[in-house]
Amino acid sequence: MKYDVTVIGAGVVGSLIARALSRYELKLCLVDKDSDVSMGASKANSGIVHAGYATKPGSLKALLNVRGNEMMDKVASELGVPFKRIGSLVVGFGDEDLPALEKLLHDGEANGVPGLKILDRAGISEKEPKLSEKVTCALYAPTAGIICPYELTIAAAENAAANGADVRLGSPVTSIKRTGDGFTVTAGKNTFETKYIINAAGVYSDAISAMAGDTSLDVFPRKGEYMLLDKSQGTAVNHVIFQTPTKYGKGILVTPTVDGNLLVGPTATDEKDKDDVSTTAEGLSVVATKALKSVPGLNLREVINSFAGLRSVPRNGDFTVECSKTVAGLINVAGIESPGLSASPAIAEYTVGLLKKAGAALTPKKDYDPIRKPIPRFAEMTDEEKAAKIKENPLYGRIICRCETVTEGEIVDAIHRPVGARDLDAIKRRTRQGMGRCQGGFCIPRVMSILSRELGLSEEEITKCGGDSKMLVGTTKQAD
Amino acid sequence: MIHSDLVVIGGGPAGMAAAIEAKKNGLNDIIILERDHELGGILQQCIHNGFGLHIFGEELTGPEYAGRFIKEVEDLGIAYRLDTMVLDISSDRVVTAVNHDDGLMKIKAGAVVLAMGCRERTRGALNIPGSRPAGIYTAGSAQRLVNMEGFMPGKEVVILGSGDIGLIMARRLTLEGVKVKMVCELLPYSGGLTRNIVQCLEDFGIPLKLSHTITQVHGKERVVGVTVSEVDDNRRPIPGTDEYVPCDTLLLSVGLIPENELSKSSGIKLDRVTGGPVVNEGMETSTDGVFACGNAVQVHDLVDYVTQESRVAGKSAAQYVLGGDEADTECINTVPGDGVRYVVPQKIRRGRGAKLFFRVTNVYPNVTVVIKHGDKVVYSAKKLKVAPGEMESVELGADKLAGEGGQLNVSLDFGSAKK
Repeated sequence: MKYDVTVIGAGVVGSLIARALSRYELKLCLVDKDSDVSMGASKANSGIVHAGYATKPGSLKALLNVRGNEMMDKVASELGVPFKRIGSLVVGFGDEDLPALEKLLHDGEANGVPGLKILDRAGISEKEPKLSEKVTCALYAPTAGIICPYELTIAAAENAAANGADVRLGSPVTSIKRTGDGFTVTAGKNTFETKYIINAAGVYSDAISAMAGDTSLDVFPRKGEYMLLDKSQGTAVNHVIFQTPTKYGKGILVTPTVDGNLLVGPTATDEKDKDDVSTTAEGLSVVATKALKSVPGLNLREVINSFAGLRSVPRNGDFTVECSKTVAGLINVAGIESPGLSASPAIAEYTVGLLKKAGAALTPKKDYDPIRKPIPRFAEMTDEEKAAKIKENPLYGRIICRCETVTEGEIVDAIHRPVGARDLDAIKRRTRQGMGRCQGGFCIPRVMSILSRELGLSEEEITKCGGDSKMLVGTTKQAD
Repeated sequence: MIHSDLVVIGGGPAGMAAAIEAKKNGLNDIIILERDHELGGILQQCIHNGFGLHIFGEELTGPEYAGRFIKEVEDLGIAYRLDTMVLDISSDRVVTAVNHDDGLMKIKAGAVVLAMGCRERTRGALNIPGSRPAGIYTAGSAQRLVNMEGFMPGKEVVILGSGDIGLIMARRLTLEGVKVKMVCELLPYSGGLTRNIVQCLEDFGIPLKLSHTITQVHGKERVVGVTVSEVDDNRRPIPGTDEYVPCDTLLLSVGLIPENELSKSSGIKLDRVTGGPVVNEGMETSTDGVFACGNAVQVHDLVDYVTQESRVAGKSAAQYVLGGDEADTECINTVPGDGVRYVVPQKIRRGRGAKLFFRVTNVYPNVTVVIKHGDKVVYSAKKLKVAPGEMESVELGADKLAGEGGQLNVSLDFGSAKK
């Protein structure tokens, strides 16, 4: 097999790059080590589309954040992903925080962020009645928004696949060899040739670049821990609430999610292990304490889940999106920490430009379709639509997940669409099955049997998240 | 729109008993809506015995107990729909439900009985730190996998929480050849029935570690171990007491929560302590003509009590539809006093008797249960021991509640003993 372009890493950046390239006449491959797309930082982050005031003027981060924010409405609407521009507040606790907020305002204006405003207490109370009384000032950014990061990633990968990209999952890249005017890549059980490589491998981007012969990347993982609260807390705030930044990042934020839950986090601890996404008692306690500082009335007993993600942090402080200076045909897209999600559509656009400069022939495809239709959500239909949908497909008449009202029809669709779900977590991310209060306690055995039926696997082969994450270890004692 | 005298939501022991009792009290047009593919509810996965001592005077397995009620439902010709999920109940009792065959149904109900049972608390609700690998199950999910589907969830198991399902599963898994390493309980006492601690743990030499919890889950893809720590009187882990226990599975038996998503979305008033609807002695909720019973109201220890409570609900629902029941009479409120966590029913209509169910707040030896109506003691009984894991019940006839008082206070008298 010979590809024109191979994108390594199917996070939000890699998947949007693959989608952006799928509009051209190119033989494309999107490859990832994990069993699903979006398994790294893209699965576990704040889900914020930042306005763009928190980046250094003149940096690539600033440029791509502001551009990405502008692009997000169109991308989300084409991909059928809910995106809500709810605005953000960076809150200050006392006048000593005001200079930092004013700096953000100036940086934001220099970066071209529209509508920024410093609010006094009255202005804050009008927007956010439940914030701490100690909040005295805030920077308001109307263009900030929220989006589900893995939903955006899945949608982008599906759309790339629908437009002809090969998506190879569960295929860790173990070797990249220079051959002719391109590379020979070994990924899992597959070996293939490719003219260009786009390295979007997140915390592993340094290793991938080195494999191709460029050892210049320097990134390290930084852990962020989060708690997700029940929908009962989803209306505690109306905007994304940041705290005035410290040297470690944007502080603990409190935000509604697009699905109506409340998310609080993240911590920021520098790590060595690139795979350790375990939460810690200390981390979760920091999240809880700091979240209460902004919103004292939060009921943290309503936590339904906690998780951690690893951001890929560049030692030089800025995104790297460039053609390798030493290896022709390699484009590195690395160090994409926050605001990476916000910037992701712009990173994809920028990368296409780099590929063009590198000499790739980009001929628009005649039958390119930018539209990806989401899985129809039964829970969001009117009674008439529900009745019609069950008539059309009776599987929509069987509710599998009662907390989120997810039907068998949606689960079967999640399995059979492009880049289909192969394990329990993948179903969960595509349908919200198991994401409610009971966290799958009721429906997991049922989903396991649907997966096994649809994929022709035995139930003992079903995994939680690929690899060795098998759910079962065998059958009960059998009579002879 | 279809009309029905009574729609029963849930076809487990509660729903079936309510439907049967309503039928015996004169209602003909009854339908049970059940989300699973058979009637019986969770009893179908409870293949151990111990059910039915109070109702049938013999020990039955869960499926046997359910089987007797299923037969009665069939014999009485009560209609039911399986694989059917109720999506909504409107304030004028229009029930919206879906299934494969009927599609979306709207049923205008004369009365509704809520019998949705309960669900298990999960790891998320406990916020246990660590990784999120495969191998973490609630005890009930594991029970379904083992007993109904014939699959083994793991080989070496640690159980967190000494609720009854966890205890039952400790024995069940041991019989299947699984090494159950320990049962950890956050509290200084078990929330399970004493008979289960003896028959499911002690008889098999499985350690019960009281005042211990899991403070970390280890393993990237599958569980490889857990950290167990002792906790202090405030239930906080004591530094230095950490012990790493290798295992491939963590079972959670950390409590049951009445299933009331439907009740909430249709505006029915819930009791903050029980998590179930506030009901009167006839098991009617705050919404006119909507009744509730079984584990949807309060988590019971014994299915026999569920049956008793549900019969009351079924009878009341029949009376309501047939017009033999007066509406909105004045009520006596029941109030949990010293040492008592909650009392069900929360209200008793004047002129009625009631069977009171309640749970105590802690393990207490040698106490007296005292029930006062206003200032008058209407019931008093000495108990050698009470525990939160064992539900107490007291039947009070209408004659006992004939006084003027607006409140019925249920409390423990500790006498000279220390609380």
